[in-house]
Amino acid sequence: MAIEIEKPAVGLSKVAVSDTHGEDSPYFAGWKAYDEDPYDELKNPSGVIQMGLAENQVSFDLLEQYLEKHSEATNWGNRTSGFRDNALFQDYHGLQSFRKAMACFMEQIRGGRAKFNADRFVITAGATAANELLTFILADPGDALLIPTPYYPGFDRDLSWRTGVKIVPVHCDSSNNFEITPQALDAAYNEAESHNIKVKGVLITNPSNPLGATIKRSTLEEILEFVTRKNIHLVSDEIYSGSTFSGEEFVSVAEVLESWDYKESDRVHIVYSLSKDLGLPGFRVGTIYSYNDKVVTTARRMSSFTLISSQTQQLLASMLSDKTFTENYIKTNRERLKKRYQMIIDGLRNSGIECLKGNAGLFCWMNLSPLLEEPTKESELTLWKSMLHEVKLNISPGSSCHCSDPGWFRVCFANMSEQTLKVALTRIHDFMDGRKAMKTSPDFSSY
Amino acid sequence: MVLLSKIATNDGHGENSSFFDGWKAYDSDPYHPTKNSHGVIQMGLAENQLCFDLIQEWVENNPKASICTPQGSNGFNDIAIYQDYHGLPEFRNSVARFMEKVRGNKVKFNPDRIVMSGGATGAHETLAFCLADPGEAFLVPTPYYPGYDRDLRWRTGIQLFPVVCESSNEFKITRETLEDAYEKAQEANIKVKGLILNNPSNPLGTVLDKTTLRDAMSFICEKNIHLICDEIYSATVFDEPGFISIAEIAEESSVSKHRDLIHIVYSLSKDLGFPGFRVGIIYSYNDAVVNCARKMSSFGLVSTQTQHLIASMLSDDIFVEKFLDESAKRLTERHRVFTRGLAKVGIKSLGGNAGLFCWMDLKRLLKEPTFEAEMELWHLIIDEVKLNVSPGASFRCSEPGWFRVCFANMDDETMRIALQRIHKFVIQKTGLDQPMTRKQYKRSELEISLSFRRLDEFIMTPRMLSSPHSHMTSPLVRART
Repeated sequence: MAIEIEKPAVGLSKVAVSDTHGEDSPYFAGWKAYDEDPYDELKNPSGVIQMGLAENQVSFDLLEQYLEKHSEATNWGNRTSGFRDNALFQDYHGLQSFRKAMACFMEQIRGGRAKFNADRFVITAGATAANELLTFILADPGDALLIPTPYYPGFDRDLSWRTGVKIVPVHCDSSNNFEITPQALDAAYNEAESHNIKVKGVLITNPSNPLGATIKRSTLEEILEFVTRKNIHLVSDEIYSGSTFSGEEFVSVAEVLESWDYKESDRVHIVYSLSKDLGLPGFRVGTIYSYNDKVVTTARRMSSFTLISSQTQQLLASMLSDKTFTENYIKTNRERLKKRYQMIIDGLRNSGIECLKGNAGLFCWMNLSPLLEEPTKESELTLWKSMLHEVKLNISPGSSCHCSDPGWFRVCFANMSEQTLKVALTRIHDFMDGRKAMKTSPDFSSY
Repeated sequence: MVLLSKIATNDGHGENSSFFDGWKAYDSDPYHPTKNSHGVIQMGLAENQLCFDLIQEWVENNPKASICTPQGSNGFNDIAIYQDYHGLPEFRNSVARFMEKVRGNKVKFNPDRIVMSGGATGAHETLAFCLADPGEAFLVPTPYYPGYDRDLRWRTGIQLFPVVCESSNEFKITRETLEDAYEKAQEANIKVKGLILNNPSNPLGTVLDKTTLRDAMSFICEKNIHLICDEIYSATVFDEPGFISIAEIAEESSVSKHRDLIHIVYSLSKDLGFPGFRVGIIYSYNDAVVNCARKMSSFGLVSTQTQHLIASMLSDDIFVEKFLDESAKRLTERHRVFTRGLAKVGIKSLGGNAGLFCWMDLKRLLKEPTFEAEMELWHLIIDEVKLNVSPGASFRCSEPGWFRVCFANMDDETMRIALQRIHKFVIQKTGLDQPMTRKQYKRSELEISLSFRRLDEFIMTPRMLSSPHSHMTSPLVRART
């Protein structure tokens, strides 16, 4: 029997009908194009190559090897009541063994330059939930968070949709490699104030998505000084901290706090997740680490809406407390990402394309502004469409990341095989060659 | 000092309630058969621990269901990478089939209408975000699960308005009580957006009949509001009358034009005993709600590792049938032994046929028919009888003297001891008006141990020898009671 889909007799909420979920944006056309015509080395070699997905697939063999050797340890601790105890465990503190393992892992990533207390971790189902949760705790509806541009497009939904909190951009541009300056922070703060909007915090992503670069220590200190002056919060999303290409260049806000003797640490909160560094986005493993007791307590209570499956906590507690494994993983993952990065940078350079100097992440920040007809968002969108439909590459245009300089694109390189990356680079090379040829040929249209 | 938001600083989390005293008492003095035999027995936790032996056995025999075994690890990468908020198709399919089986295959569920959430806790909050604006309200029959106050209101800003049910008609929900509540809300200038039904009911342990479901349906159609049915205890129905899901009403042709007002909340925390796995489900007959809730599910997806395990388990038809059958048998027996034990000292409970608890009537033990007296009695039960039970006031019951007692989260021996303690207490308390002869007292003790011996013959496995109480600590540290 056919069901008549009539308009609902009674409406939904304002939140439900708003478009802050972000999925009506034109950039979803890129995903659509990929879904309809996905590249496959054998079955569909002329399909769209997905370069818009920041996933880490370069090191999963290390995880699989670990599981093969340790399957019993990860499988409910190998006790007869192991499954039952695990299935019943719904304590919102999270498994202590899991929190301890996370603390250890995060310390290792920072080369031991920061210490983490297992009792300050709050577990959430992914960084998506962690960022939303923190926003609920730090700001009221109508208040604002300052976020340096360009930023991860998901923030528009994660931080604003259900919370009613606004994002006020801190404009960064190519003139200084998109570094965050005190002037830019002040300008954003004043902009908010002029509209009677209360700023409650600054949110940074370090290493940055989409820039693929770590934030300098001096910049972190300036940001900390700024939030202290304004008496607001600082959230540092360090989701890519384990994806730096070398161990030394990443400075976490945790390290700066330690060198400050934890003064002003009450206002600092770190978000982390295993979706990028370990390539486990399906497992929904996010954490909030806060130096503020009240935030920890409240966040913990709120995490009831979004806990990590105890089954997954158990697996990761095992894996991440194995220091031999984690040390080797961190080191190898870094090396492989660095190699990939080098490969794409060299390939792009050979095609006459420059990128921002990067040192982290699963992507590079490509400068195609010389190719724009005019330095506008519309031109960028046109170029993006050609990349998608002609070159058959789904990359992310800077405007989707709220970048104020048109012509920049984020290109992911870790979610595919080396072979596929080579194919993508060849396509770009051919595209650029074609463009050069067009430029040098005589323009008959003016006759 | 840097400030936090209003949501962060208000009491919406619900943990400042005085009802946490019971949990505190348990936490500081938990019962243990050998190490602390005089400790507090946890009877405030609605957990299903009766069938873990069956599940354990299945897990051991099905290593492929885990991606952490040699047999299952080749699926590891694909599972770990999959973050699509639609959820693994096999997960949705198996959950839909399971829900159908639980309803005796009388209804059909479309896997494409299944949306994941962070437990039923997350499901309720998500639906509230989708269906109502801050300040608007849902009607909810009393007594109700205390967690609703936090789940539905805390971050959403919506209100809950009670539909007062009374013991005079066994706390049934009638058209009159619904209309009454709606009117009162109107008078208070509160815009009602929906009605929540919990079927089977926590804390009552009863199911709704078809008349009540149809009444509720016609009520919401007339008022143009949504209907949210929390069916989290659907597979804990152990006796007649059986379970009638709102899905049966939804499939009636007379309802077809208004089907999109119906939304079901489900979870595997109670029926299967997997609260740690955070498997919450929203099933909506409304396309817009499915789409919106699915987008919101990004904030609370089920781990794909768990989706994979559940998909494997629930698509094993033979296992599911055996499990549902055995679970109902064991719950029936547990319920029977417990209510009989209570009846022996004249304690009546509401005639229930579902849930992991019973709704006990202790009115005659109150000093006076007031909530203060109920609180006093409750503290007495915690401090002297050493049982953590849940007082009716915590469920916003309109009449004092009712208590919810959980019976599925412990082994037989612990239950026996709990009943012994209850007997002693009641006899002492009522001893002055009804002195029992020594012979009568001995006989009731003997009867209890005899009934347990019969129970032991029934249930033969050693599965209950592990910790009698969950190692769960108080909700001061926990997600859900």
